[in-house]
Amino acid sequence: MATVIINGQELELDDDERLNGIQAAARLGYDIPHYCWHPGLSVVASCRMCLVETGRRDPESGEISMMPKLVPGCQTPATDGTVFVTESDKVKQARAQVEEGLLINHPIDCPICDKAGECRLQDYYFEHGQGSRRADLRPFTSRRRSLGDTVTLFVDRCVMCSRCVRFTREITGTGELYVEGRGAGEEIDVFPGFPLANKMAGNVVDLCPVGALGDKDFLYSQRVWFMKSHDGVCAGCSTGCSITIDENQDRVYRLRPRENPHINEWWMCDEGRYGYHHVHSEHRLAGPQQFDAEARQYVNADWSRLPTELDKKFTAIAKRWPGSVAGVLSPHLSVEEAYLLAKYLRGVDPEATLVLGPVPVEGEDESFPQGFTIRAEKCPNRRGVEAVLEYFTGRVATFDDLLPDVAAGKLHAIWVSGGYRNDWIDEATAESFDAADLLVVQDLFDSPLMQRAHYQLPAAAFAERDGSYVNVADRLQSFRWAIRPPMGVRTEGSLLWQMSAMPGMYRAGEVLAEIAREIGYFSAAVEEIPAVGVDLKVNLLV
Amino acid sequence: MKADDPDIHWVEEPKLGLAGKMYLPLFVQGLTTTARHLVSRKVTVSFPDERPKIGNPLIYRGVHRLNKDEQDRVKCVACFLCATACPAHCIDIVAAESPWPDREKYPAHFAIDELRCIYCGMCEEACPVDAIELTSFCDLTGRSREEMVFDKEKLLSVYDQTKDSEPMRSASMGASSGRATT
Repeated sequence: MATVIINGQELELDDDERLNGIQAAARLGYDIPHYCWHPGLSVVASCRMCLVETGRRDPESGEISMMPKLVPGCQTPATDGTVFVTESDKVKQARAQVEEGLLINHPIDCPICDKAGECRLQDYYFEHGQGSRRADLRPFTSRRRSLGDTVTLFVDRCVMCSRCVRFTREITGTGELYVEGRGAGEEIDVFPGFPLANKMAGNVVDLCPVGALGDKDFLYSQRVWFMKSHDGVCAGCSTGCSITIDENQDRVYRLRPRENPHINEWWMCDEGRYGYHHVHSEHRLAGPQQFDAEARQYVNADWSRLPTELDKKFTAIAKRWPGSVAGVLSPHLSVEEAYLLAKYLRGVDPEATLVLGPVPVEGEDESFPQGFTIRAEKCPNRRGVEAVLEYFTGRVATFDDLLPDVAAGKLHAIWVSGGYRNDWIDEATAESFDAADLLVVQDLFDSPLMQRAHYQLPAAAFAERDGSYVNVADRLQSFRWAIRPPMGVRTEGSLLWQMSAMPGMYRAGEVLAEIAREIGYFSAAVEEIPAVGVDLKVNLLV
Repeated sequence: MKADDPDIHWVEEPKLGLAGKMYLPLFVQGLTTTARHLVSRKVTVSFPDERPKIGNPLIYRGVHRLNKDEQDRVKCVACFLCATACPAHCIDIVAAESPWPDREKYPAHFAIDELRCIYCGMCEEACPVDAIELTSFCDLTGRSREEMVFDKEKLLSVYDQTKDSEPMRSASMGASSGRATT
């Protein structure tokens, strides 16, 4: 047990904890300003913003001797007897001077800088800076150059914290960025012919404490103070990174990684980061449609009548041909939605066939030196849907297992849930579904199967859902919706909730509580799910 | 807020003297004001036959205009500060990378709903480059609500019409005007 003294208060640390001054002070609520230090990167102590007074308490006499000079808090380990003083006049003066030094050449183009509003330099200037500017330089514009397809560098805004350089060296191992020049002439740059092009490049924009690195996808599109942030889970692959969804008036403007030590630490891949554009695609299905057999065309259906109408049709078919109802549970569904759909279909027809929808796989898993992995499996919830299937059917049947029965006409009523971003079914496979008497397809985009559906239901995208995903490592994360679905779209959850004759609005938490009680695999999810999710393996004897 | 909150300053009602209780002095005071207005000069005008006299057009808060820089380009840098400051939420901007090498960001689309605007002048206050200004135009009419949403071209044309009678507050943007911080 180590005792650290911070501003006169004692802080007890466990023996296995290795904290620096910034982290230890944060435990007691003291915010030590810093630019270059990041918990996920190596320590360089170059920005000098975190200078603090330190000393040591003599274990024998209890006497405290202070160091005459200020030292960087990020580089000073919090060991037994270490004393930190973070709020003294000397420290405050040092911060103000560092801030002044950084601002001498920094262009004051905050009005057109995308970082304004979440900029460290701006925040620290108000908190720790001097009231007036002594330099007579008034730089207003910044040189800019492209570093790669996704990132722009605003050269003069940079404070040379070198976080981005360390990121490409330590996390991705690609090392595209380097510091060019010396002293006041230092600049971040890429080597000629080797642009910043790794699959995690977008993270340097989040890492940048000022507005020097801009994300071309987000650049100029929105001011940060207009956006609301929502905790979410990336649906791009089965890693299931914790993310923050930034949205304004039901439009997603960017995704950012959210710190989660169990999954993605501080990072996310570019594929996930820019993988929200399909949410606002103009090709998304706009409203429910039903096939009018007499007119031989689709007519608009009414969401308010659909649940009862579908229920009637499914019940009739299940009565006439028991065992002829089937459901395809897409790995894009949340655990709750998969459970509601499986439970509903099994309630209508106890012999209903339930299968896992096609699992999209692209390429191979890609790992980075620090352990971050981009999975080839491009869906967020295969594990969760599999567990639901196992509970209801005792095994995990796949989409391919279903096809022979479909083609043979054994299945009369089929519910297919989708949510896929791109073509997932070809014409030939879809043709075999012609034999069904009732085909309900709920998907984001049009597909050959959609063209054969008797009921075309638009599905919700990941940012519009309430629910939980289970990632490849059996970690369950719950999330709320970040944006409302477009007009005419209802989330799968709310439709299935109503079809299951549950009262009121769709409440994913209630469904998850029921799942946790019913299904052993989910038993760890019985309590409130923390922001970092729960490990479902924790209760399993394997 | 509780009754014993230290921020609440309790004030005792002043005691009325005999004159106050009779109401008579206040009655006379009120009638004097009425009589003074009866005989003084009228301030109302019969608009639109008669035009109101605008004192100082530079501080009058009428229809907005978007100023142009020396090269006849829109001066606005699309920083959204006017939209942020606007209490009526009547400003709609879409920013884009500027087509000019010396400028970074510009408004691809800029619209003010003149019907929704309350003409408070906060946008003018917020603008870091003095691009948006309120002119002395005060009688604006339109046949539909859509017509009263002034887009960038229209706001720039207001500038062309008023630039001579109401000069810009500052001609340059940012740097040379020395308006960078403090």
